[in-house]
Amino acid sequence: MSALRSAAAAAGAAGAAAGPLPADDPRVALLTTQLKKVRYRADALIDVLHAVQDIYGYLSPEVLTTVADALQLPPSRVLGVATFYHLFTFEARGDHTCTVCTGTACFVKGADALMAGVSEAFGVAQGATREDGSLSLLEARCIGSCGLAPVALVDGTIVAKAKPDAVIAAIRNAMEASVSAEGAVREAAAGEGGAA
Amino acid sequence: MSGGVDLFDLAQKEREEQATYRRTVLCCGSTACLSGGAQATQDAIRDAVAEKGLEQDVRLVATGCMGLCSRGPLVKVRTRGEDDVLYADVDADAGRRIAEQHLTAGQPVEDKALSLEHPFFARQVRVVLENMGEIDPNRIEDYIAHGGYRALRDAVNTMTPAGVIDVVQRSGLRGRGGGGYPAGSKWKLLNEAKSDQKTIIANGDEGDPGAYMDRTVMEDDPHRVLEGMAIAAYATGAVKGYIYVRAEYPVAVRRLEQAIRQAKRHKLLGKNLFDTDFSFDVEIRIGAGAFVCGEETALMASIMGQRGTPVLRPPYPTERGLWGQPSMINNVETLANVPTIMRRGADWFASIGTDSSRGTKVFALAGKLDNTGLIEVPMGITLREIIEEIGGGVAGGKAFKAAQTGGPSGGCIPLKHIDTPMDYDSLLALGSIMGSGGLIVMDEDVAMPEVARFFMRFCMDESCGKCLPCRAGTYEMHELLDALVTGRGTAATLARLETLCEVVRTNSLCGLGQTAPNPVLSTLHYFRPEYEALLVPDGAHLAGLPGAHAAAAADRASASANTSERSA
Repeated sequence: MSALRSAAAAAGAAGAAAGPLPADDPRVALLTTQLKKVRYRADALIDVLHAVQDIYGYLSPEVLTTVADALQLPPSRVLGVATFYHLFTFEARGDHTCTVCTGTACFVKGADALMAGVSEAFGVAQGATREDGSLSLLEARCIGSCGLAPVALVDGTIVAKAKPDAVIAAIRNAMEASVSAEGAVREAAAGEGGAA
Repeated sequence: MSGGVDLFDLAQKEREEQATYRRTVLCCGSTACLSGGAQATQDAIRDAVAEKGLEQDVRLVATGCMGLCSRGPLVKVRTRGEDDVLYADVDADAGRRIAEQHLTAGQPVEDKALSLEHPFFARQVRVVLENMGEIDPNRIEDYIAHGGYRALRDAVNTMTPAGVIDVVQRSGLRGRGGGGYPAGSKWKLLNEAKSDQKTIIANGDEGDPGAYMDRTVMEDDPHRVLEGMAIAAYATGAVKGYIYVRAEYPVAVRRLEQAIRQAKRHKLLGKNLFDTDFSFDVEIRIGAGAFVCGEETALMASIMGQRGTPVLRPPYPTERGLWGQPSMINNVETLANVPTIMRRGADWFASIGTDSSRGTKVFALAGKLDNTGLIEVPMGITLREIIEEIGGGVAGGKAFKAAQTGGPSGGCIPLKHIDTPMDYDSLLALGSIMGSGGLIVMDEDVAMPEVARFFMRFCMDESCGKCLPCRAGTYEMHELLDALVTGRGTAATLARLETLCEVVRTNSLCGLGQTAPNPVLSTLHYFRPEYEALLVPDGAHLAGLPGAHAAAAADRASASANTSERSA
């Protein structure tokens, strides 16, 4: 498995050494369910990788090793397929994501300005995640909503006929909503603690 | 009980059930309208209908795309014995007014109504999109009540495979994915292949940025795709079908999965269909973001769980395809034409369109127009008719500059050719292609060298890296275009670009590389002065521009890191 480990690290994957997945992690059970669903067929590799990314948020060397073992594929093959397709990512995404569509219709209607506006407002480069892990700024090559161009997705919700200000506001809203939700959880936890 | 009888009963029951309502409110529930607030509109109408006690009188249906996406959410009210009334820009408030005035008192809400005589609708001919905005894509009953699966039943019960192929051949249907290969001929090739493990593949890997025809068909009329596939399977002897869907289309995946479950339950997919020997099953495969997977051999590699790199043809998939067995790949829109062709006949279909391009084409009309959305028009309609009549002209009173078809493999059509008929051969003659149906209108503000750079960056990112001409060629062409656009290009830069276009076009392994130079060649052909205006004298780009030059070098370094990561 060391071949996969070094190759994965070279491909920009998380630097941590690939060890066995902790058995008590509930995500392992989810992955096992998925593997059973495709009956451990090697040709379902791409489906499995999608499932892994849904479960973990990104593809880590540890999980890729597990997948290779489970499907009885050489680790190089698993990494080769994973790195070929653009939708797979090897780094954890930020708490929030903003995806600016850069398809042709959006390009013609000013996707560049959207991207630049968000990038400047939040100090995050295109394709990167903010240092505090709060936001990832991504691009998508056409999400098929060309009639509404230009569009951006903030945490998966479409901002149609988008202006930079509207997208920036949507991101701020999403960030504030999660901050206040966290605050509520903390308060609830504090309340429970007080009662105990 | 035979599947055929079941089907007939089901359709009859559904129609009777629907006929008990005096009014039907069709609310567009497609992705575009939903992002414009269609769910709130629907909820408002449903609440108001309940409030007024009209549940027995009014049927509410969340349908697929009604087409005019830029004016959504769209709502259509159909009353027994009256003309349909279409409403545009219906927010929750307008929805409530429609319920209170139109549904309750029979008074249409004039200020929100949009005439169905509007050229956007009146100029369209609907074959593939005939059910759009009419049926609930979540219910197989609705599809069957609108004549669905009848073509499959009749083909299996009353026709020979050769007879079905004959109809498709005589209809003149050509592949809607871009190439325009005659569908019937392809079917015949697979029919003649010897194997009991033949497969057919519906290509829903709509990678062209600016196109969403296939997405809409898969999301909003999924059974049409399944029926088309099953008819193709019967005609060719295929036992298994795959639908390859882009991962960017999660709704399409969900709707297709649901449709497959429903079809199996009604014995329209599975073993011994209609009590015959004909068995056929369909499975969905999801892509993961790779434009090259639209290419046949790359697509098959991806279905088999591998990197989507193309291989040389021949052998063609109909000789050696999935897992070495004969396979056939049809575009989703091609297959979606089939049920209607079988139901209405080859002659009817062939009477639409032009001699060489029969039938209709669905376009995703986008860009700088007043009316953007999804349209289906007869082949041979002129670009001017599409832009000025259906599209309502260029937005904001600006001048038309060019229309782009065929995405990164296509080209631009300038003003002087605006009266060109839209068919496969006329577009090819202009240096563009029909492509899958993206039609993007550009006004005077759009700089064509930047458009060329945009598409070249796309091709550079999407090149699979297998063959050198495409891998290095698209990178170099992007560099040269970037130099031109950022004022670093000389006459030599332009000359080198033109040479490379030819090298990449003639030497690349697959269609991606072979067609990657098209946007450059076509914009150069029609808008050469724009390129020439960007040229700087030899050496001038180095003098006095150290900052820009350093920035460009850094840009190149990061782009190359990017490329090597993807092709690793």
